[in-house]
Amino acid sequence: MKIHEYQAKNLFKEYGINVPFSLLCEKREDIENIIKKVSLPCVIKAQVHSGARGKAGGVKLAKTYDEAVVIANNILGMELKSTQAGLKKVNKILIEQGVDIDKELYLSLTFDRKNECITFIISSEGGMDIEEVAKSMPDKIYTQHIDINFNPYETVSKLGLDENITNKICDIVKSLYKLTIEKDASLVEINPLVITKQKEVIAIDAKINFDDNALFRHEDILLLKDESEENPYELEAQKYGLNYIKLDGTIGCMVNGAGLAMATMDVIKLAGKDAANFLDVGGGASSEKIEKAFKLLISDENLKAVFINIFGGILRCDFLAEGVKNAIKTLNVECPVIVRMEGTNKEQGAEILNNSGLKFTVVNDLNEAIEVIKRI
Amino acid sequence: MSIFVNKNTRLIVQGITGKEGSFHAQSCQEYGTNLVGGVTPKKGGTEILGVPVFNTVKEAVNEVNPNTSMIFVPARFAANAIIEAAEAGIKLIVCITEGIPVYDMINAKKAVTMNGARLIGPNCPGIISPDEAKVGIMPSKIHRKGNVGVISRSGTLTYEAVYQLTKLGIGQSTCIGIGGDPIIGTSFIDVLEAFQKDEQTEAICMIGEIGGSAEEEAADYIKTHVTKPVVSFIAGLSAPEGKRMGHAGAIISGGKGTASSKMEALTSSGVTVCKNPADLGISIQNILK
Repeated sequence: MKIHEYQAKNLFKEYGINVPFSLLCEKREDIENIIKKVSLPCVIKAQVHSGARGKAGGVKLAKTYDEAVVIANNILGMELKSTQAGLKKVNKILIEQGVDIDKELYLSLTFDRKNECITFIISSEGGMDIEEVAKSMPDKIYTQHIDINFNPYETVSKLGLDENITNKICDIVKSLYKLTIEKDASLVEINPLVITKQKEVIAIDAKINFDDNALFRHEDILLLKDESEENPYELEAQKYGLNYIKLDGTIGCMVNGAGLAMATMDVIKLAGKDAANFLDVGGGASSEKIEKAFKLLISDENLKAVFINIFGGILRCDFLAEGVKNAIKTLNVECPVIVRMEGTNKEQGAEILNNSGLKFTVVNDLNEAIEVIKRI
Repeated sequence: MSIFVNKNTRLIVQGITGKEGSFHAQSCQEYGTNLVGGVTPKKGGTEILGVPVFNTVKEAVNEVNPNTSMIFVPARFAANAIIEAAEAGIKLIVCITEGIPVYDMINAKKAVTMNGARLIGPNCPGIISPDEAKVGIMPSKIHRKGNVGVISRSGTLTYEAVYQLTKLGIGQSTCIGIGGDPIIGTSFIDVLEAFQKDEQTEAICMIGEIGGSAEEEAADYIKTHVTKPVVSFIAGLSAPEGKRMGHAGAIISGGKGTASSKMEALTSSGVTVCKNPADLGISIQNILK
């Protein structure tokens, strides 16, 4: 789960990490009052779940009150185009006091999959995309694997900063580690972490991602979820416990199991088409759940056909057939439906579909499916 | 010989009195696996499927001498269930549970390593050595005893591959789903090593997916250590970056973990890589000829 910068900064404050004074603004009529409360120069920042906001014009510096009002009015409500997340409407802006920047650093803590531990990354090249720095100046990046008894001093001191500042950064790393563990964060990133001319260390930006599997024990974090950032189809799917991701293609697919669902998308691609979605209905889906899933699928306007690929293990093919039959009967489905069923109760499932009086294209294996999808 | 589970397997099920736990414990028992007991806190002293239920794994170890445990405990308690099994001296722990927080797994894996146990999973379908033992949730009927070892990060996609083999009359030595999470107990490399040593196994079918670098590491290992033929499929060639494809581990981020980089690495190690999952069975048939 992702949260906004202003939410992440509130968490930073709880953990004793310095952030600039800022106020959130959600309404156009509040802009002027809020700007009056923040000293100038100030920075106006779009609050959307997306990287590279600055490049897309969602982060701007204002030196005067008038300038700030114009910029804030421009950014609030704008459609922000980002390379990472497509078009996003800006519903909230953060108006933040400017800082006298002396140096910009990069700092992050993340779960390191390869080493199966938490790793912190620090670099003297803040403000840039860290993947770019990793490519062009790999010697400017320092990393350390950490656990509960770690000491970041040796790594941080490689940056060659004043002792006083090095110590301040070490404290920040320790606080971020505490936050990471206590809140099950999968990524905490400060880019840039700024050293001011007054020798203060301040987090100018803040990004935190959380482990979805751990949200059950963090009610406070769940409250930070911004549903307007989520795809409406995906939100609907979550309600029914379906694992659904909206994609750009025209062939809807319904599959049990994540691996087989991905493989099914690949099969559609081999047929020269693109999948409209990823949908894993899970192992123990009932016919009601299948019906819900099917309804969700066909609500997609771009849809040209549906491909159902089920390998029945725990999920029984007769349940699947029943659910699909009911969904098609209650909805006015006009696009072709291709069904491939294998495994538990396959024969009963086929019988239900054959006796339904509805039209299905039943295929026996994935190669046959490819041939049928090619012709759509 | 198959690998990891066989006729000598003595199985307990943690979470045996739950709906899933009892259903699959029964299915394993019917397959011929020697189920010797189960564990559910506060249900000790009762009996299910003709075997005793214990409050703790330790008690089960003392009373019925199991060597393998299969875990169906809910996600929030599952990491502790793994730790309990490892500390009680269970040597093979198969964790089916999906959705365990990743930081819980860091600790669970440490406990497994410290106690010299092997963990398969979590978030996996388990393991089966056809006609010997099943410790998992896979449909029994699709398997057939034979000489192909199957390793996979996924569940139903493994069934797909196994079914293709069985339909062609090709049997399996052991089929293992290693799981779709970022932290898993047994890696591709661990299983490749075991299949390379196993006399029954003559060819290996390896099914990977996007995310992480396990397939690339496996490719390096195959180049230097595996002489048996390997056929592979990587799911997710058409998956977009930044979207988690169901499994917690199946995500392309920062341009890393793509299907094409995995396919290239495997191809350069001499692995036959199928672009179409429908070709897995036939590719193995061709290699065995």
